[in-house]
Amino acid sequence: MEVAAFYGFSALAILAALFILFSKNLIYGAFALLLAFLGIAALFVLAGADFLGVAQIMIYVGGILVLLMFGIMLTQRAIQQEGPSRHNRVEVPITRKVWGFVIGIGIVGVLAKIIFSANFRMSGDAVSRKSTIKTIGVELMTSHLLPFEIAAILLLVALIGAAYLALNRNPAQ
Amino acid sequence: MDLTEFLVKTATIFVVFVLTLVIAMYSTWAERKVAGFIQDRMGPNRAGWGGLLQPLADAGKMFFKEDFIPALANKWLFIAGPSLAMLTALLASAVIPFGSTFRINGHEIVLQGVESNIGILYVFGVVALGVYGIMVGGWASNNKFSLLGAIRAASQNISYEVAMGLSLIAILMMSSSLSLGEIVAQQHGMNWNIFYQPLGFLIFITCSFAECNRVPFDLPECETELVGGYHTEYGSMKLGFYLFAEYINMFISSAIISVLYFGGYNYPGMDWVYSQLTSALGSETGHNIATLIGTAVFFGKALFFIFFYMWVRWTIPRFRYDQLMNLGWKKLIPLAIFNIIITGAAVLFLKPVITAWLN
Amino acid sequence: MIPNPNIPEVSIPSVIQNIPLQHYLILSTLLFVIGIIGVLTRRNAIIIFMSVELMLNAANLLLIAFSSYRSDPSGQVFVFFIMAVAAAEVAVGLAIIVMIYRNTRNTDIGFLNKLKW
Repeated sequence: MEVAAFYGFSALAILAALFILFSKNLIYGAFALLLAFLGIAALFVLAGADFLGVAQIMIYVGGILVLLMFGIMLTQRAIQQEGPSRHNRVEVPITRKVWGFVIGIGIVGVLAKIIFSANFRMSGDAVSRKSTIKTIGVELMTSHLLPFEIAAILLLVALIGAAYLALNRNPAQ
Repeated sequence: MDLTEFLVKTATIFVVFVLTLVIAMYSTWAERKVAGFIQDRMGPNRAGWGGLLQPLADAGKMFFKEDFIPALANKWLFIAGPSLAMLTALLASAVIPFGSTFRINGHEIVLQGVESNIGILYVFGVVALGVYGIMVGGWASNNKFSLLGAIRAASQNISYEVAMGLSLIAILMMSSSLSLGEIVAQQHGMNWNIFYQPLGFLIFITCSFAECNRVPFDLPECETELVGGYHTEYGSMKLGFYLFAEYINMFISSAIISVLYFGGYNYPGMDWVYSQLTSALGSETGHNIATLIGTAVFFGKALFFIFFYMWVRWTIPRFRYDQLMNLGWKKLIPLAIFNIIITGAAVLFLKPVITAWLN
Repeated sequence: MIPNPNIPEVSIPSVIQNIPLQHYLILSTLLFVIGIIGVLTRRNAIIIFMSVELMLNAANLLLIAFSSYRSDPSGQVFVFFIMAVAAAEVAVGLAIIVMIYRNTRNTDIGFLNKLKW
């Protein structure tokens, strides 16, 4: 049952990722990304990280993807008009595409070789079910306190920076 | 998981699902009746006794209307919008604890779809997904008013989610659990969270109004500015799904409010009632009847909050959009943070003193 | 650490024991490489952005798989930080994309071949 769920969600994530890779329509791409995120969240839960699964849904799906969709909606039209900008579109040279795929497949090969040559063992066979929330909270507040504070400052700085960048500095208005 | 357990869980989930749908259906009727009462008129009274068949008549009308998709709309997303809205609205009902347990032949059956130790976070995740239905539908309509409504809805939901989450953190600090069943069990008797978290409750209920796009904050479908908002282009049952999803969201948020702040199925004197019933009717029947009373109390609280939503709708005028954003970001979020600090201080310093003094 | 008696003992490790770690690794490798190919071949800034998110997710999956195989929570804490950084990244990145769109009326990075407008 759980094995079937694992392979099902893996297939969902990979198919959605491939769809993003080949999609022409941005908003369909965003939908595929939604599916990929949900599949990965399910895999998190299967791997015993229930809190992070929900955090994935809240942060990636509820925050990041909504922002991305905002970006798409503000920069694309539902029906692509044949505007003047489409004629002088910079075409992707085919060599770039070929090289991209070659590099990608090369990386798969190298990583697969590493993965199969390594000998991973589980540390201890019975992992007792802990509430991961409590563990993560204790870890965050004790041994990872400094990174936690730095992440908070980073978020604040990013917020201010984004607000500053997106300011409309058009003197006509 | 053996077969009986599986069947029992399936039945529980089915019952929860049907209950949510029926309550949402009759909320549409109640909305009109309450509106009629507040505006001193009758409300619907033709279909059935006191208009009780009105929701069925409405559904019939919606189904038989022409199902129209605008020529320039994105067809798939246009259909996906209302479906997503309905789906995400219904998903949240899975973790709400409707009552304690039923005892049948020595088996304990929990009156809750799924008991999970991240229940409240799950509700939050699903609420975060709820934006998609509105945003997709509004964008796919290929209409400027729809798009404006959708963007309004999305930014409003995201903004108020922040304040809602912060007001919730105070509750979580007190209960030190994320499981809804656990939070309810801790408010046994009259030990409700509302007495410890009045400010948090105010913030939470304001934010839940905004999350459901209900009246003081129904900017996404504001007729005077945006024609119909994100569902301008929708008709027939697709429009019905959007409206229905709003009522389901109302019921879910009322239930969550009563679980988090008003003790869910707990009521004062429940121990006395329980002991009377079990001594009179035996440990099985008495227990079941006590559970039923608790569930009735829970629904009473939830229905009161649905009534409160309607009451506010016909009392308070709509905000302007900048007022909405100012309220969310500049007032509610600082207030929620202040609430967290106070709660933290009280849990740290006041609670040991009071417990020592009581002992 | 004392296990909480209220939480039912769900046997998640059964999943871990049924599925070899290699499968998690292969899955996240594939996701990561699809992200890399997306970044290298696509020209739309938003698609590139999505590919980067996909790569981050693949890394998260790997960390979580390792952390539950070793029953060590540090991996999950690290994923938490990655999520925070991804949120910061997306806020700044989208602001930049919106600025690009304002200046070029397009989100194709092929248009960004000038040093100055």
